Amino acid sequence: MMIQDTIAAISTAVGEGGIAVIRVSGPEAVQACASYFRSKSNMAEADTHTVHYGHIVDPATGETVEEILLTIMRGPRSFTAEDVVELSTHGGVVAVKRVLELLLRSGEIRLAEPGEFTKRAFLNGRIDLTQAEAVIDLIRSKSDRAFSVALKQSEGMLSKKVKALRHGLIELLAHIEVNIDYPEHDVESMTSSYIRNRCGEACAEIDRLLKTAAEGKILREGIVTAIVGRPNVGKSSLLNALVQENKAIVTDIPGTTRDVIEEYITLGGIPLRLLDTAGIRETSDVVERIGVERSRSALEEADLILLVLNANESLHPDDLELMQKLSGRPVVVLLNKTDLPVVLDIAEVEKQFPSDAIVRLSVLKEQGLDELESVIKRMFFGGELESADLTYVSNVRHIALLNQARQSLVDAIEATEIGIPIDIVQIDVRTAWEQLGEMIGDSVAESLIDQIFSQFCLGK
Amino acid sequence: MGYHAGNFDVIVIGAGHAGCEAALASARMGAETLLLTINLDMVAFMPCNPSIGGPAKGHVVREIDALGGEMGRNIDKTFIQMRMLNTGKGPAVHALRAQADKFLYQHFMKQTIEETEHLTLRQGMAEDLIIEDGECVGIVTKTGAEYRAKAVVVTTGTYLRGKVIMGELMYESGPNNQQPSIKLSESLRNLGLQLVRFKTGTPPRVHGDTIDFSKTEIQPGDEKPKFFSYETEYSDNEQLPCWLTYTSEETHRIISDNLHRAPMFSGAIEGTGPKYCPSIEDKIVRFADKPKHQIFLEPEGKNTSEYYVQGLSTSMPEDVQLSILRSIPGLEKVEMMRTGYAIEYDAVVPTQLWPSLETKVVPGLFTAGQINGTSGYEEAAGQGIMAGINAARKVQGKPPVIIERSQGYIGVLIDDLVTKGTTEPYRLLTSRAEYRLLLRHDNADLRLTPTGYDIGLISEARYNKFTLKKAMVEQEIERLKSVKVRPEENVHALLDEIGTAPLQQVTDALSLLRRPEVTYEHVERLSPSSESLTEDMKEQVEIQIKYAGYIEKQQLQVERMAKMEKKRIPDDIDYAVVTNLSKEAKQNLSDIRPLSIGQASRIGGVTPADISILLVYLEHYNKVVAARG
Repeated sequence: MMIQDTIAAISTAVGEGGIAVIRVSGPEAVQACASYFRSKSNMAEADTHTVHYGHIVDPATGETVEEILLTIMRGPRSFTAEDVVELSTHGGVVAVKRVLELLLRSGEIRLAEPGEFTKRAFLNGRIDLTQAEAVIDLIRSKSDRAFSVALKQSEGMLSKKVKALRHGLIELLAHIEVNIDYPEHDVESMTSSYIRNRCGEACAEIDRLLKTAAEGKILREGIVTAIVGRPNVGKSSLLNALVQENKAIVTDIPGTTRDVIEEYITLGGIPLRLLDTAGIRETSDVVERIGVERSRSALEEADLILLVLNANESLHPDDLELMQKLSGRPVVVLLNKTDLPVVLDIAEVEKQFPSDAIVRLSVLKEQGLDELESVIKRMFFGGELESADLTYVSNVRHIALLNQARQSLVDAIEATEIGIPIDIVQIDVRTAWEQLGEMIGDSVAESLIDQIFSQFCLGK
Repeated sequence: MGYHAGNFDVIVIGAGHAGCEAALASARMGAETLLLTINLDMVAFMPCNPSIGGPAKGHVVREIDALGGEMGRNIDKTFIQMRMLNTGKGPAVHALRAQADKFLYQHFMKQTIEETEHLTLRQGMAEDLIIEDGECVGIVTKTGAEYRAKAVVVTTGTYLRGKVIMGELMYESGPNNQQPSIKLSESLRNLGLQLVRFKTGTPPRVHGDTIDFSKTEIQPGDEKPKFFSYETEYSDNEQLPCWLTYTSEETHRIISDNLHRAPMFSGAIEGTGPKYCPSIEDKIVRFADKPKHQIFLEPEGKNTSEYYVQGLSTSMPEDVQLSILRSIPGLEKVEMMRTGYAIEYDAVVPTQLWPSLETKVVPGLFTAGQINGTSGYEEAAGQGIMAGINAARKVQGKPPVIIERSQGYIGVLIDDLVTKGTTEPYRLLTSRAEYRLLLRHDNADLRLTPTGYDIGLISEARYNKFTLKKAMVEQEIERLKSVKVRPEENVHALLDEIGTAPLQQVTDALSLLRRPEVTYEHVERLSPSSESLTEDMKEQVEIQIKYAGYIEKQQLQVERMAKMEKKRIPDDIDYAVVTNLSKEAKQNLSDIRPLSIGQASRIGGVTPADISILLVYLEHYNKVVAARG
C-alpha cells in the first residue's frame, strides 16, 4: 500500500468488445511503458493527450507481444491527476492479459488495488468531495469481493503449492535468522551453498508452477464450473449447447489420452472452465458419481455450480439431497425442459436458493441461456465495469507475483555466488517469501519470529 | 500521614536500567529530576545474566550512546570481556557483546547519577500516584513523603506484585529477594490501566572454585576489544574468559523424573513466559530429541567467585536444581550459591501508550522498560532514555521525540509495543527490523547523534567530532570515485593476489571496491588515503560503498513508507463514524489511536482497504474541518 507508486489494471470488461484497455497511472507510467513500447514516436517527449501506434515488445526476448494504440495523458489533466498511459490492445482475453503480465513483471508497476484509480482521483482532487462516501463504498465492496475470490483460491491447489513453497522458505529464513540472532548457539551454521540449494529448489518449483500456468492447468483464467444433476435432466445436452454455441476451446491434457476432462467456453465474454465434462458425457448416473472422490473434489473446487433440474417432473428425493448438499455454495439452478409443462414445485427450490439464482431454461429450444449469462455476470462481477479487476487480474497478479518471487530467488542465488553475506542474501529470500505471501493474502512479520522459536531450542 | 517532601519537574520510579537512563536524560536536559528506588544498593542491578549487548540488543546500546545515554559508556568502563559477534556475516549484524562486572557496573552507574546536576537519587517505595485534573502530578511513598512533579516515569521492572517461584515454594518478592512493589500496581489499575501477568526466570549461580574448568571449553574475549560508546577510545580492562559445557543424559533424566515438581507444568505459574528464553525444563520437554544443550559459565565480576550458569534458567525446587547442576560435566562437585527461580510480575498492556511512552489515560504518566512487557536490560534502557527525554520535553513544553522504525531499533521496539502490543515478554531481534541493513551497529551515530544533539544530550564538542567524521567519510568516498585505476602491472599483481578478475579497462577505485573480494585495505595499497582517516571512518567508507546497492534499495522503501508515516491522523477522529471500515479495524483503530497512516497500517486487523478508506475519509475530514475554520 504505497501512496505514490505506479499502478496498472485492465479497465475494460474482459472478454467483451473489440478492444481492451489497460490503464497505467503514477509517476513512472510514461517511462515504464516506454520500455516495452516500440514505435516511431518518442514517448518520453510526446505531448499530453496524444495517441501513438506501435508494438509491445518483451525486452527479455525481443518478441513482439501485441500491436497497440497508446494514449498519453500527463497529470494533472488525467483521470487520476497523475501521469496516465492507456494501452488499447485487441479484444479478447489472451492479448490484454499478456501485455498486463509483461508490464507487471519488473515490479516497477504493480497491480492496482480494487477501486484504486478512483481513490487516487479523489485524493488528488479530481472527484467532488461530496462523493467521498461513494468512493469509500466502492473500495469496500470491491475489496470484499476480491477478498472472497482470494479466499476461494486459498483453498485451491495453487494455494497449497504456494503455501508449501513459503513454508520451505520460512524454514530457511528462520535458520538464517537464528544464525544471526543467536551466533553462539549450537545450530548448524548456515552456509551460502545451503541457501543456494534451497533457493534453487524453490525456483524450480516456481518454474513448474509458471509452466503449468502457461499450459493453463492451474492458473488458467475462468470460473471453475461444475454441472450437476440427476440422470436425464439434460446436463449433457446443456453441455453440448454451451460448448457448441460458444466456440469452445477444447484442451487435451497430456497423459489423459482417453478423453477430454475439462473444457473452456466463454459465455457472453465470461470464461467458464467446465469440470469433469467427460464424466457428464460418459455416465448417466451422476448422483452415484457424486459419491466418487473425483467428482466430489470437483464440486468442492468449483467457483460456480450449475444445478440442473427437470421442470417437467416433480422433485425427486435425489434432487432434494443434492440441493441440501449444495446449500451455501454459489449455485445457479437451471430448470430445464420448460418447453414442456412445468410440474416441479418452484417454491420448494426457492426455499434453498435465492429466486434470482433460478433460471428457466430449455436447452432443446435454446431458451434461457442469455438469462444464465446475466445471472452469472451478476454473481461474479456485480457490475459491468468491475469485471476486469477480478477473475483475470487475480491470475495476472499471480503470474506477476510468481515471476517477481522467482527473480528475488535468482537474485539471492547470484548474491551467494559472489560472496554476499547471508544476512544480506536474506533480504532477497524474505522478499520472495513476502511476494508469495501476497498471492495468498498471508500477513507477514510475527510468523517468522514464531517459526524461529518453534524450529530451534533457544534460551538464556 | 503524608508530608510534602519536595518539588521536581520529573520523577522516575525505579532505578534499574530503564530508570537510570530516564533520570539521566531528563536531568541532563535541565529538568529537576528525582530518581526513587526501593533499595539504593540496587541501582542498575543486573538480576539475570551479567552481560550486555549481542545482536539487536547491542545495536540498542549503540543507539542509546548515540543519543547521549549512559549504558554504553558504563559498560565500557566495567566490562570483563568484550566480543564482536557475527563477524563472518554482513556489517549490519555485527554485534558487540560484553560480559559485565555486574558489581562495578552498579557502582559506576550510581556514581554517575550522584554526580549529575539536577538529579536527586533517593531511597523510597512509591505507593501511590497523585492525580489532579486527570493529570499525574506526583507520588506518595510508603513513608508518607509526597513529591510533586509535572511528569512521572514508572520503571518498575519485575517488582510490581512480584512473586518468586521455586518448585513448591512461592512468595511475594522482587528479583533477588528484594521487596516487591504491591500497592503501586493497584494504584495503576485504579487509574484505568490494564495490567497483564508476565513471567521470567533466572538460573542458579555457582562458586567458581568448585568448577572443574578442565572439562569445559574456554571462550575468551577479543584480543583487540571494540567499545559500545563512540566516546570510549581506550580501555585497559583485564578480560576474563567464559566457559562452555553441555547438559548430559543424566541432566535430562533428572528433569524428566521431576517434572511433576516443576511449577511450569504443575500449573503454579499463571504468567506468560517468553518463548525465546525458556527454562531448561521447558527446553527438555519441547525439544525432547535434542540430546544436549549448551551451558555457558560466565563470571559475575572480578572480585567475586560467583558464576552465572547461562542456559539453565529454572524454577525447579532447590534440591532438584543442585542435582541438575551436578549432572553437568565440570560441575560434578559444584557448590550452588544462589538458587534459580521464576518470577511473575504485573506489566502494563503497552498499546495503552503513545509512541512517546506517555500513557493515553493519564497525561503526565510515562512507563518504560520491563513494565511495558519487554525483557532485557537493553530494551529497558532504550525505552528509558526515550521516556526520560519525552517527560522532560513535556515539562519544557516541547513536542515528543519519536524514533522512526527506519532510524533505529529503539524505534522498532517502541513502535511494535505501542502498535501491536505483546502477548509475552518482548525481546528485540534483528529480524524484527524491516530495514536491517540501514540499522547497523557501525552507523548508530549517523542515524541518531543529530537527534541527540538537537535535544541537548550530545555536547557541542562531541557533535563537532561527529560532523567532522561524517564529512571525512563523504570526502573519502568522493576521492575514491575520482581515483583512476588502470590495467597496469601493479594492479594486475594485486588483483591476482586477491583472486579477482583482471582489469580490462580503466576504472575508479570506488568501482573496484564494490567487487566482493576487494577490501578497503586493498584499495589503500593502490591509493593511500589521508593519514587523518581513522579506522572507524575507513570502516564506514567500506560499508557504504560495498553495500550501496542493497542500502539504496532499502532507502527507497523507507522513502516510500515515509509518505505514509508523515500523513498524520488528527487525534480527535472518531472511527465509529467512518462508514465501511471493517468492524475489527474500527475497534483496533479506536483502541490504539495511531498518530499516522503508517502506524495505522501496522495495526493488526487493519487491511489495505481499511487504509484506503481512512485516507479518503481523512481528506474529506480535513476539508470539512478547514471549511468550518
